[in-house]
Amino acid sequence: MSVILVLVTLSMLVAGSFLGAFIWAMKSGQYEDTFSPSVRMLFEEKTEEDTAPKKGLKK
Amino acid sequence: MEALIAEDIKCQHCGDTCPDTHIHQDTDKFFCCEGCKTVYEILSQNGMCSYYDLDKNPGISLKGKSFGTRYAFLNNQEIAKPLLDYASENLCKITLHIPAIHCSSCIWLLENLYKLREGITMSRVNFMKKELALGFDPTIISLQQLVELLATLGYAPQISLEEYSHKAQRKANNGIFLKIGIVGFCTGNVMLLSFPEYFGLDYVMEGELKHYFTWLNVLLTLPVIFYGASGYFISAYKSLKEKVINLDVPISIGVSALFIRSAYETFTATGPGYWDSLCGLVFFLLIGKWLQHKTYENLSFERNYKSYFPLAAAVVKDGKEESMPVSQLQPGDKILIRNQELIPADSLLLSGQAWIDYSFVTGESQPVEKKAGEYIYAGGRQIGTQIELTVQKPVSQSYLTQLWNNETFAKEKITPVTKLASNFSKYFTYITISIALLAATFWYFTDQSVIWNAFTAVLIVACPCALTLSMPFTMENTMRIFGKNGVYVKNPGVIQHLATITHVVFDKTGTLTHDNKASITFIGNPLTAEEKQLIKAVASQSTHPLSRKINRYLGKTPSVPVRNYYETTGAGIEGIVQDTYVRIGSGNYVGIEETPDTVKATSRVYVSINYAYKGYFELQNQYRTGFADVLNKLKSRLKLSLLSGDHVVDLPVLLPVFEQRKNLHFEQSPADKLQYIQKLQTQGDHVLMIGDGLNDAGALKQSDVGMVLTEDVHAFFPACDVLVDARNFNRLDNFIRFSRTSVNIVKASFLLSLVYNFIGVGLAAAGQLSPVFAALFMPLSSMSVVAFAVGMSSLFAQWRKL
Repeated sequence: MSVILVLVTLSMLVAGSFLGAFIWAMKSGQYEDTFSPSVRMLFEEKTEEDTAPKKGLKK
Repeated sequence: MEALIAEDIKCQHCGDTCPDTHIHQDTDKFFCCEGCKTVYEILSQNGMCSYYDLDKNPGISLKGKSFGTRYAFLNNQEIAKPLLDYASENLCKITLHIPAIHCSSCIWLLENLYKLREGITMSRVNFMKKELALGFDPTIISLQQLVELLATLGYAPQISLEEYSHKAQRKANNGIFLKIGIVGFCTGNVMLLSFPEYFGLDYVMEGELKHYFTWLNVLLTLPVIFYGASGYFISAYKSLKEKVINLDVPISIGVSALFIRSAYETFTATGPGYWDSLCGLVFFLLIGKWLQHKTYENLSFERNYKSYFPLAAAVVKDGKEESMPVSQLQPGDKILIRNQELIPADSLLLSGQAWIDYSFVTGESQPVEKKAGEYIYAGGRQIGTQIELTVQKPVSQSYLTQLWNNETFAKEKITPVTKLASNFSKYFTYITISIALLAATFWYFTDQSVIWNAFTAVLIVACPCALTLSMPFTMENTMRIFGKNGVYVKNPGVIQHLATITHVVFDKTGTLTHDNKASITFIGNPLTAEEKQLIKAVASQSTHPLSRKINRYLGKTPSVPVRNYYETTGAGIEGIVQDTYVRIGSGNYVGIEETPDTVKATSRVYVSINYAYKGYFELQNQYRTGFADVLNKLKSRLKLSLLSGDHVVDLPVLLPVFEQRKNLHFEQSPADKLQYIQKLQTQGDHVLMIGDGLNDAGALKQSDVGMVLTEDVHAFFPACDVLVDARNFNRLDNFIRFSRTSVNIVKASFLLSLVYNFIGVGLAAAGQLSPVFAALFMPLSSMSVVAFAVGMSSLFAQWRKL
C-alpha cells in the first residue's frame, strides 16, 4: 500500500505546482485584460516590401 | 434615415456617411472630413495601412474636434508630474484612459505608435479598461506632443481632475479570485482524500494510510481557515467590538466549531474530522461573497464633476498666458476659455461673445448668451470664440461644485435590508447558541459522552451558509437579467432598495424628453422643395444648435453655394443663395412681431425669403415614446412627481399624467431637488430619482435609488446606483416589479434554508451527525437553495419577458 503514499505525495506536488502557476498568473495581471492578447497574437509583423503603400485596400 | 440612401459614400477612415462635399484622395478613397484624411495620410506614409485591414472603417471621426492649445497645460511640470507612473531623465511611463478604444484595429495602431514617432519606447493596450500604458523618452518627445499625436489619430485621452486625484486608487481587486482559487484547490483535494470515508472503504485502508490522509487534510485546511476564511473572522471581530452581531458572527462560530472539533478528533485519533465540510463551506461562502461584490467594471458609477472638469485652465498673468491647475485658481485670476472648453469656476465675463451651453449641467440644450459683466456659473461649455473671464470663486466653492460639499455626498447609503439582516443574524446567533446549550444540558443528564459531540454539531450545522448564499446568488442573477435588458445596477444591494420604492421622482429634460431630438413643425405656407433647399443651404453654414436641428429636419437636398453669409450672434443668420436673399432667426431679426409665447414650451425660428415672411419653425420638446403609458402603470402603485430646472412648460402634457399640479415642481435648483427628496424621505417615502444631468446629482445621491437614463452607457453621467439605457425606459415598470419578485425569492429561499437548518440542528442535537452526513448535507442544502434561487429568478424573468 505504500505505493499510494508515494503517488499521493507526487500528485499533491504536481497539483501544487499548478496552484503556483495560477497564483503567478493572477499576480502578474494576466487576467486583467482578457481580450487584447487574443487579438495581439494575430497581428503580423510586416516586412519592408509589404509596407509600401498599396493601391486599393482590401475591403 | 441616411442608411436608406443606397449610393451613400462611406468615409474610408471612420465609416461615416460622407457629405456631398466629400474629400477625395487617390481614386477610390473618400473621407468625410480633413481630420480623417490626415489620419489616413499619416498611416499610409508610415506603411501602417493594415490598420484598415483588421476592421472595416475602424477610425474615429474627427469632425468638429480640434484641440489647438488644449493640451498645452501638459508642459507645466507641476500638472504633468502626478499623471506619470514613473519619471526619470530619459524614460517616463504613463497610463492614459482612452475611451475611443473599440476594436482590434485600435489595439494594433496604438501598439505600433513607435513607428509613427521617435521616442516612444513602449505602448500596451488594456482593452477591457480602455487604457494605454506608454513609455517614452521625454528628451525626444514631450508629454504634450505624445497626447497631441494620440488626439490627432482620434484617440484623445481623458485627462480630468478625477484621474488626477484618484490615480493611486486604481488597483484591481483581485484578492477574492486568489482566495477562491486557493480555497478551491484545497477543497478539491480534501474532498478527494475523504473519498474512502464517503464510500465506507475503511476496511481497505490500513491504519497508517488513514492517518496519512487525515494529516494531509489538516495541512490542506490550514490555508483555507487562515487565509480563505480570515475575512469572516475579521468582520465578525469588528462587529462584535462595536457590539453588533452581523451574519459573519454565526458563520465564524460555525467555522471555528468545525475547526476545533475536527482538530480535536484528529489529534486524539477518535475520528476523521469534518475537514471536507469545513473547506466546502468556506469555498461556497467565498463564491457568494464574490457575487455579492460583483459590479460592472467597465462602467463607473461614482463619477462626479471631477471626472468632467479639465485639469488646467489658461490663466493670463502679466499679459502672458500660462496653464495652471484648476484647483489652484483664485478669485481674481483672469482665465481664457476657447471654443468647446469648459468653464471651471464661477466667473464674470470680461470680454468676448459668450454662448454658454449648459446642457451638461441642466440638460437644457439651448446655449445661453451672456454679455460682458454677466456672471457665469461653472460647468457651462463655451461655444464660439475665445472669451476672457475673471474667476469669482475657487473651483470647490462654485455653484455647481459646492453641491458635492453637501453632507449627502459624505455618507454611504444605509441599506434597510442590511439592517434587517443584522437584526436577523442577532436572533439567529442567540437561538443557535441557546439550542446548542440546551442540547448540551440535555445530554449532561442523559449520556455525558455525547455532550461535546452534540454541542459542536449544532454550532456546525446551524452555520447559515445556505442563508448567506441565497441572497448574493439571487441578486446576482437578477443583476445579470437586468444587464441583458440594458439596466446596469451598481451592485446587488441596489435591487433590494429598488424593491421597496414608494415614490418615483422624475427629472424632465433628458429624462422624460429626448436629449437632442425635438419635434419640428413648420407653421405658415407649406415650403416648396426649392425653398427648403434655400433654407437648408443657409442653415447648414451655422453651428448653432437650432440651425443644426433645422438642417437635419430638412433632410438631404443637393447642396448649393451660399454667398455673403453673415451670422448675427443671438439674432439670426442671413445669406444669398442663387440670387435669393434668405434670413433665418428671431422674429425681430426677420422683421416680424413675435407673438408672445405664453407657456414658453417651444422655440421658434422665423424665416423670410427675399424680404417676404414665410412662416416659422416650431421646435418642441419631444417626449419619449410611451412615457405616458409607463407613468400610468407606475401610478397604480407608486406616487409620482416631477422636478424640473426649466420654466413652467408643457402643462397640458404633464398634468394628466401627474394628476395634481402640486406634484409638478419647476425652476428647481440642484439644491432644491436634493431638499425635495429629503422632504419626501422624512415623510417616510422610499424615493427613486430618475434623472440625467449633473444638476440632479444631489437628488440622485440623496434618494434611496438614483437612476440615470442615458443614450450611451459609456458616456458621461453623474454618480448613480442604476444606469438605464434610454431605449428601455418604457419597461421601467417591469424592472421595478421584477426587483420585488427577486426580494420575494430571497425570502422564500431563506425559508427553505431555515427548514434545512431545522432538520440539521435536530439531528445534531440528537447527537446523530456523522462526518459523512455533514459533508453531504451541508453542500447539498446550500446548492439546492442556490439552485432554487437562481432557477426561480430566471423563471420569473422569462415570465415577465425580461
